[in-house]
Amino acid sequence: MSDATAAEAAPSTVEVTINGVAVDAQPGELVIAAADRAGVHIPRFCYHERMSPVGMCRMCLVEIDTGRGPQLQPSCMVPVSPQMVVDTTSERTRRAQEGVLELLLINHPLDCPVCDKGGECPLQDQTMAYGPGESRFVEEKRHFPKPIPISDLVHLDRERCILCDRCTRFADEVAGDPLIDFTERGNETQVLTFPGEPFSSYFSGNTVQICPVGALTASPYRFKARPWDLVETESTCTTCAVGCRIAVQSSRNELVRYLGVDIDPVNHGWLCDKGRFAFGSVSSPERVTAPLQARASSGATSDFADAEPLRRFQPTDWGSALGAVAAAVKAARPGAIAVLGGARGTNEDAYAWSKLARTVLRTDHVDAQLGDGLPAELAVGLPAATIDEACSADTTLLVCGDLREELPVLHLRLRGAARAGTTRLVEIAPTATGLTRNAVRSEQCRGGEAASVLRNLLDGDDPLAVELASGSVVVVLGRSSVSESAEATAEVAAVISARIPHARFLVAARRGNVRGALDMGLAPGMLPGRALSASPPPVLAAAWGEMPGERGHDATGILAAAASGEIDVLFLLGADPLTDFPDSMLARLGVSGAGTVVAVDSFVSQSAAEADIVLPAAVFGEKSGTTTNLEGRVSAVGELVTAPGSARPDWMIAAELAVLCGGDLGFLSVDEITAEIAAVCATHASAIGPNLAVDGVVASGAAFEPEFPPEHVAPARDAYGLRLVCSRKLYDGGVTVSQTPALASLAADTVMRVHPVDLERVGVESGTEVEAHSDRGALRLPIVADSGIARGNVAVLFPSPHIDVGALIDVTAPVTDVRIETRAGEASR
Amino acid sequence: MSFFTEENRSLAREIIGRYPRRRSAMIPLLHVAQAQAGWVSEEAMVEIAELVDTTPAEVLGTCSFYEMFKREPVGKYLVNICATMSCALAGAAELMEHAEERLGVRAGGTTPDGLFTLASAECQAACTEAPCLQVNYRYRYRVDADGFDQLVDDLAAGALDDEIPPHGVTARVRQHIPAGRAVGAVPPEAVNEPPVWIAAAASNGAGSA
Repeated sequence: MSDATAAEAAPSTVEVTINGVAVDAQPGELVIAAADRAGVHIPRFCYHERMSPVGMCRMCLVEIDTGRGPQLQPSCMVPVSPQMVVDTTSERTRRAQEGVLELLLINHPLDCPVCDKGGECPLQDQTMAYGPGESRFVEEKRHFPKPIPISDLVHLDRERCILCDRCTRFADEVAGDPLIDFTERGNETQVLTFPGEPFSSYFSGNTVQICPVGALTASPYRFKARPWDLVETESTCTTCAVGCRIAVQSSRNELVRYLGVDIDPVNHGWLCDKGRFAFGSVSSPERVTAPLQARASSGATSDFADAEPLRRFQPTDWGSALGAVAAAVKAARPGAIAVLGGARGTNEDAYAWSKLARTVLRTDHVDAQLGDGLPAELAVGLPAATIDEACSADTTLLVCGDLREELPVLHLRLRGAARAGTTRLVEIAPTATGLTRNAVRSEQCRGGEAASVLRNLLDGDDPLAVELASGSVVVVLGRSSVSESAEATAEVAAVISARIPHARFLVAARRGNVRGALDMGLAPGMLPGRALSASPPPVLAAAWGEMPGERGHDATGILAAAASGEIDVLFLLGADPLTDFPDSMLARLGVSGAGTVVAVDSFVSQSAAEADIVLPAAVFGEKSGTTTNLEGRVSAVGELVTAPGSARPDWMIAAELAVLCGGDLGFLSVDEITAEIAAVCATHASAIGPNLAVDGVVASGAAFEPEFPPEHVAPARDAYGLRLVCSRKLYDGGVTVSQTPALASLAADTVMRVHPVDLERVGVESGTEVEAHSDRGALRLPIVADSGIARGNVAVLFPSPHIDVGALIDVTAPVTDVRIETRAGEASR
Repeated sequence: MSFFTEENRSLAREIIGRYPRRRSAMIPLLHVAQAQAGWVSEEAMVEIAELVDTTPAEVLGTCSFYEMFKREPVGKYLVNICATMSCALAGAAELMEHAEERLGVRAGGTTPDGLFTLASAECQAACTEAPCLQVNYRYRYRVDADGFDQLVDDLAAGALDDEIPPHGVTARVRQHIPAGRAVGAVPPEAVNEPPVWIAAAASNGAGSA
């Protein structure tokens, strides 16, 4: 808002003439950008509207007259000035463009027929449009070995490179991973990594997308398709909760590529590599293609480490499978049915299952979060901020996990904002994070003690307290560790709300559509439209009829109830508690203790392998609808390919199951559900509709004010132990990574990281394998020194591909302390 | 891990302290590395990256831009014989042929004893003194075959040690600026005023539009 007032005070526009037409440009705007807005295309290679200009390629030379006569100037380096006259079509401009292209093509191999970029190549296109048509260069071109892998995902062909500086600029400016750079000089100039240090950035795929030639190619797409063979639909990535806008492309009914689409409020065109390459899991041969029923002989409980989980099952048809589910539902005791999950689908899926649970299954035991989020009332009811607001607030307070690992594009946005000075980042975290370098202040805390650190800051005479009291504040709030209870994070919200009433919150939810699922009521005590079931909105009550009165269990409660035999039917809606639930012992007891376990999933996950019935679900790219990102922004997802076998969307399974159970959800298509959501949810009435804008619409408001938990003093640390901090890694043990061939090998198993001083006290060399003991269990892991970890913490990654970190965690304990025992068996701290 | 000697590590810290941004010390530290080893190894670049808080790729990018940073081992004496026009007309090719014969290596090679690296160079801006050469960037003018032999003998015998330090050493006496007397450059983000010449131009009326 301070920007807006500044813009009003300064002269609002600068009048320039482009090709004889008067154009109102913004003060400080570059000529090339002003021309773009005026609909005049100036050819370019190095200029990119989301990065600083460098004037590297000279392709955008145009004649610019600022009163001293027309001069050829690079339009990406010249800001507009009053009375400027620009001619992009003059004879001199044309000759300059021809000359630049002739020079750029001197060393370019012109191997377009075998180049992946052919057909969508700016160099090819602009050579056709602006090139001289022939070259005077008859000498030998530069030669390099090609292509060379510069990371696990990206290949570099230096012969095709025109040295535009886009990838290297992106790596440095935007991603903050300057692992590629120009090396050598003159004719030998080339982009390279340092020997032995690959371009292993989470954002490396963006360099492939912005490369204006075929120099950078991504291994999952190499030689897969030609641009003219591709079918495309626009969609919204649901790999995490940021909700980046993407173009989904397929060839012969197989997803082959995602490209970032530039929308202002969310992703600015960028994607993380996990999102960009996640399409690999969609066409995985491991997908479940038919309903599966456990063989009668195998028994209800089997070995969890079964090497071939599929052996337990035999494929069946939908009629039999759903019939069996319906029979189990009818036989269940009242209140003994539970639904876990629902964060991987669309809003429509979530709504259908929410309605099924309440009106047909008659249960409020539903939870889209697996003990790893905020209490739903807070996640939905806190005064909300958008990503843009977080990037422009006077202060943005980060009390969450490492955003680079959890919500990578939000990390990019905040990093960019901090670098541009549009906001000041203040961080409170148990470990150093990707944004620590960009924060004006970074307070380290012991796991679970962020609230008390904040309280001390805000109640004391810290200058930060004064700044926060007066300026605008956005809090990015999330669970920095699943080994501490959600109450610790809820307490942070309470502390802030009590002291900074004007603070707004951006809840750093992780899973794809977890926000949408909560908005649709997939949490105990919640109803669609961000309403509480204690006071259902009249429209919803009229549409849904009678609903279960008592508030149900959350994920922890459901698993605990299942473990003690109180749950007769447990639905796992794309949820894998055995991998994702923090407390693996409770997850195991819960899944094995439930009567009938029905997994609605696209893969036979660890948990689905223990199910009695697996129903194959369609996934992203195979179904349409809407999704909601962490801001509450509702945007459309598109359907492009056919689900394998008889897999179908979650909502369809819900609708059919309702009929078999003697109910009727009242819709037969996605559009009908979307319409029903708009009708019964006041929050979504304007957000959802057939003409959902590309940017999506933020569904705003909630039907209630959240209640905060009482503030309490943080639990005392076990004097002989270290506080366990379960941080996240982008490439984790989850199904998206493990089922995507390009990413699976990037997931590394965890080690224990401690501060060097703490390691010294343990008394072993960095890298030694030690045993960690908590009240719940023990785990044998290498321990390494990491000065980024706060004293008194021990950081591990969760979920880890092959290591059961959850064995240490008791989800009912406020924090988890561990003792480290060295190989000799001697306990030390 | 540690490429730098203890002495050079503290020198590196002193140099870094002179700049508002650590990364600005990259080229000075590359010089320190080259002075220590005679060339810049990958190990040195990794350590410099750590010291100035950037990636090895950026250090490599900078290091490889400058021809005088050698990324392969070179001899104690780098002998650059000019091969550009004036020297070529005055017998540089013959001089190079003689040098190759005398040292027993081709241009670009290093003698087995590690004493000499022979290289062909572009114009060294001493055209009036052709043919010329440089030993570790110290000039020798109007060099003929006998003069070259004498030079090699002197270098090998250590007779020129006072004048020509080993390759990589930029200066024997290094300026040390005590912390108390450092100017204390202002970090760019702390500068809020326009450069002085803009104000000066404006007050002269030159800047008014």
